[in-house]
Amino acid sequence: MELPVIGQEAAQSSGGGCSASSCGSSNDQLSHLPDAIRAKVQDHPCYSEDAHHYFARMHVAVAPACNIQCHYCNRKYDCSNESRPGVVSELLTPDQAVMKTKAVAATIPQMTVLGIAGPGDPLANPERTFETFRRLSEEAPDIKLCVSTNGLALPESVEELSRHNIDHVTITINCLDPEIGAKIYPWVFWKNRRIFGVEGARILIEQQQKGLEMLTARGILVKVNSVMIPGVNDQHLKEVSKVVKAKGAFLHNVMPLIAEAEHGTFYGLMEQRGPTAEELEDLQDACSGDMNMMRHCRQCRADAVGMLGEDRGEEFSLEKIAEMNIDYDKAMEMRAAVHEGITAELNAKRAEKAAAVPAPEKAKRGLRPVKIAVATAGQGVINQHFGHAREFLVYEASEDGVRFLSHRKTDLYCSGDETCGDGESVLARTIKALSDCEMVLCSKIGFEPWGLLEAAGIMPNGEHAMEPIEEACAAVYEELAAAGKLEPKGDGAACAA
Amino acid sequence: MALEIVESCVNCWACEPLCPNQAIVEAKPHFKIIADRCTECIGDHDDAQCASICPIEGAILDEYGEPLNPPGSLTGIPMELALSLIEKARIAEARAAAAP
Repeated sequence: MELPVIGQEAAQSSGGGCSASSCGSSNDQLSHLPDAIRAKVQDHPCYSEDAHHYFARMHVAVAPACNIQCHYCNRKYDCSNESRPGVVSELLTPDQAVMKTKAVAATIPQMTVLGIAGPGDPLANPERTFETFRRLSEEAPDIKLCVSTNGLALPESVEELSRHNIDHVTITINCLDPEIGAKIYPWVFWKNRRIFGVEGARILIEQQQKGLEMLTARGILVKVNSVMIPGVNDQHLKEVSKVVKAKGAFLHNVMPLIAEAEHGTFYGLMEQRGPTAEELEDLQDACSGDMNMMRHCRQCRADAVGMLGEDRGEEFSLEKIAEMNIDYDKAMEMRAAVHEGITAELNAKRAEKAAAVPAPEKAKRGLRPVKIAVATAGQGVINQHFGHAREFLVYEASEDGVRFLSHRKTDLYCSGDETCGDGESVLARTIKALSDCEMVLCSKIGFEPWGLLEAAGIMPNGEHAMEPIEEACAAVYEELAAAGKLEPKGDGAACAA
Repeated sequence: MALEIVESCVNCWACEPLCPNQAIVEAKPHFKIIADRCTECIGDHDDAQCASICPIEGAILDEYGEPLNPPGSLTGIPMELALSLIEKARIAEARAAAAP
């Protein structure tokens, strides 16, 4: 079904109205891709911005060993309150992983993707990783398989990866310069030796680049992840973006550093800060000129289960799975029906967007852009109570339309309030996380948070409940414009046109 | 002559496949080295393999009980900070144990 894509390109070239760089953001993000690649990724929740509202994914933690040390990682992995990469509660054998995957896919029929992402490096555990892939491609052939790696063991794994028909590989590439690398990676284990500093980083970078080239040469899709570390690699990542695109990576995903002293990581303990939401968005904007960026990444745990942004892992502990009584063949049939239904709905929406006649080019009114936070539980509509939202999607509305900017977690990767001793309330954190937004759209909101948000200059709005996000954002932007609240501010930065 | 894995091991499996003597085995509460089999990799490798990939400072001891990867040597976290963290963790543990 190529309709949406062709239409999108037409809409883009017309360059007008809401369907240009705005509502169709997900299509924009992928529209530069050749048809074959686009067909592969447009229903992948991690790659496609609109698909992630509908399809679910899971990670199985079968890969405990790692062959490098990163300064943002600490090799303890048993805290159920932490939500960040590299952390898991329960390590699985390939056999257990296959059981869990099939149980989840039977219970959550929206599931399309199974990834192996750790908690160590999947390719540093080749036997466990490939055994899992081998069995799943036989027993659940409708599930897409993907893997993410630091790249050190990638060149030697490419042959095997291509044999298992694993078409999505993510490489975390934080730098091209070994001097910068030495500030991120204290050591690598290479050819039976631990190699420290610049020399270790040089080997890692060389292997990453070689692996990237080998994969793209074989037509295997490669996404590149980068961790933005202010003062270390933030400026350098623009160069990384150019190079990896030139070598054929189809997406570049710049993620913020997560560093807290209680995680026990080098960066956490040394008080290396992560980027602010604004710094991250600025860098993503700077890189997007060279390459399509992925802004909806949620930096999942290595055992996450469910839709992006949610984790239902606790429902699928080995104990609970053992008690489930599942008819796997029936589950696969049901999955096929559910996937078909979702695909039809998605395609209809995409086609609708693409077919929408672009509004005639309006005269620019010189209005400033506005950031709007949205509480959603999925399906692309405003359908979540403010008090239930654990994260918000932030959109920018401007005269050019509405575009997705980022998601903001409000529980800050750790929900262990009492035990971790962070006194700040969830509401205070939410207000801080949304401080650059002027409005928050949700299905409902309580009296107390309403008052506090308003006092902080963030206007709550429950009037657009159950409406599609982008339409609602465009509507409130027009309301603000009509109320005369969007006169350009004094500074030039406010003028987006 | 044998190396030893102690309680700070996080059971990450990294060392197990590298051992040229299959001396490392999964065990509770943590992996262990079968002393009879361990050669400290002499004759096979320049460096003891388990200690060369282990990410945890202090988790592998030599025959004299000295850590092959002392505090600060792997993470780059300054020795004083690393030691004070170990101390803090000990105090917290003792408190938790003393609590009713």
